[in-house]
Amino acid sequence: MTTTREQGSDERVRHVLEFPGGYTRSTGPVIGRFLTGLRDGRLFGVRMPDGKVLVPPTEYDPRTAAVLGTADDDWVEVGPAGTVTTWTWIAEPRADHPLDRPFAWALIQPDGADTALLHAVDAGEREAMATGMRVHPTWRADRTGSIKDIAYFAPGDGPAEVPPSETDLEPVSMLTVPSRLEYRLRGGTVWNRFIDGMAVGQIRGTRCSTCGKVYVPPRGVCPADGLPATEWVDLPDTGVLTTFAVNNVPAAGAPEVPFVCGYVLLDGADIAMLVLISDVSWQEVRLGTRVKAVWVPEEERTRSVKNLKWFAPTGEPDVPFERYEEYV
Amino acid sequence: MTGFHGRRGVAVVAFAQSEHSFSDLGWTEADLVMPLVNEVLATTGLRRSEIGFTCSGSNDYLVGTPFSFVAALDTIGAWPPISESHVEQDAAWALYEAWVRIQHGDVDTALVYGFGKGTVGDYAGISSLSYDPYYIAPLMPGDIGMAGLQARALKDAGFDVDPDPTPPPATDGAAAVILAAADVARGVCPRPAWITGLDHRIEPHSVGARDLTRSASTRQAALRAGVSAGPVDFAELHTRFEHEEPLLRRELGLEEDTVVNASGGPRKADPIMATGLIRIGEAAARIHDGSARRTVAHATAGPCLQHNLVCVLEAGEEAGEAGED
Repeated sequence: MTTTREQGSDERVRHVLEFPGGYTRSTGPVIGRFLTGLRDGRLFGVRMPDGKVLVPPTEYDPRTAAVLGTADDDWVEVGPAGTVTTWTWIAEPRADHPLDRPFAWALIQPDGADTALLHAVDAGEREAMATGMRVHPTWRADRTGSIKDIAYFAPGDGPAEVPPSETDLEPVSMLTVPSRLEYRLRGGTVWNRFIDGMAVGQIRGTRCSTCGKVYVPPRGVCPADGLPATEWVDLPDTGVLTTFAVNNVPAAGAPEVPFVCGYVLLDGADIAMLVLISDVSWQEVRLGTRVKAVWVPEEERTRSVKNLKWFAPTGEPDVPFERYEEYV
Repeated sequence: MTGFHGRRGVAVVAFAQSEHSFSDLGWTEADLVMPLVNEVLATTGLRRSEIGFTCSGSNDYLVGTPFSFVAALDTIGAWPPISESHVEQDAAWALYEAWVRIQHGDVDTALVYGFGKGTVGDYAGISSLSYDPYYIAPLMPGDIGMAGLQARALKDAGFDVDPDPTPPPATDGAAAVILAAADVARGVCPRPAWITGLDHRIEPHSVGARDLTRSASTRQAALRAGVSAGPVDFAELHTRFEHEEPLLRRELGLEEDTVVNASGGPRKADPIMATGLIRIGEAAARIHDGSARRTVAHATAGPCLQHNLVCVLEAGEEAGEAGED
């Protein structure tokens, strides 16, 4: 997950949600067998209890939930050519679409199948598309056992050339699906006021007018009362460490291991804040330690929570547990 | 045959929705939901502590923040701890869960809310990730692409529809509803909107294994909810795309003169994950304000109307008693 601020933008930040390497999914026996077929440049369906052929196949009959595909005899090679049963034109493809030129999504019923699979049809122009038209797959050379082993379908009966691929491979049992989503986020008034404080080295919280509790980082709503909490409170950058963890697992964006993160109850706040603890060896970190914020030098500050580097022990006597146990 | 005999009478007693926005105003989930929760509480005069069960519907992918649904809990005053649940679905299904919860008999009231920020993300991408992860999601067809397949199929089947669907405006918004069992409902609402039928049905997730010119799940849910047991004054349908209305009208068995989406419907505002709940709220509001005696609400989820919920709402003492044991 990464978030970057765009210079000169209307204060919206680009936020990317991405899982490096993608999600890994086991295929199970039926989907795995179909994907193995795709890797070999062949299309297979599976017979349902009513005798009809399901493509793409699933482990269970969509109508009766009967288990499908357990016997070799249940498997039927279909297509590779087929008929478009419905379609829709995509005039402006996305970067993550199968084609970088206008194309159609279509449900395609391969010859010998009774259901249809979704794929792209490279018809060139919208006028070339029609329900009932014949199409055939265009296979990729580098096939891995994925629905994308079919690059797209092309108009006509084919022949569907199958570029040779590696042989003697294990059947497909896993699938890796990369995914990436982009967002444009705006901070909102509560967040912006908090960040404005952080820009000048001031931690700000909000107080609930009903119960009087002070929340930091601030929230616009008191979570206990469900009512607005919008009275602003400037808080000192000192407090007590209520609990902590020593981290030994390296992670992208995290400090060098071992590092300590902990909850600090700022003086005057009613909720502890998750922060880094440093300038102390991890063996010496204790619950009840008095701590103070360490800020980046004034001339290096930006409008960011990163101005607050970490909290460090002040050397004052430890706070007795009874004084902060409600916040642990 | 509604299947409702022997069930507790339950009514929608309050409904509120946000002033939906078509651009990101920087509102958090809590900002969206809090005024509505306070509004429905004020409408009914119920205190937070009198709510027996709380259920919400939302989708964390909309804003790309894990557990964003937890952030919305700030708005309901969840301390001391409350009985609460969440569905990663349109909040119409949260309402269904709340209705089932009230059937248990030990709680009489439920707060239901849903919220969505459609303006900050890429809904074609987000919707694709909710489809079949092996066969469909890798292709990233998106909600509009999938809708296009159904629109073309309907056009080919003789429906007078545009085969090239346009999406509703990306919307930020929220909605909240309070449900109450019979005795409580009469005490907090002058004209309770009694739920006299409620059912939801789902179809296979493989779109190529379905007949896209029909909506068998809507038809079945409508039958079980008893839509045809009386005249329908207003219907609020979860039609994100125009071509869905004639199909749903047919499958629900609505008469020609039934007014559909008098509120403007999802084509005017589509706060995803609240859009379906708003249909129930709007259908209930027509009963609350006296403009209707019997209304129908519909909510949908999944590609090409895969999963459909149908709710029948009625005015009058008789409707409230019909469901009681």
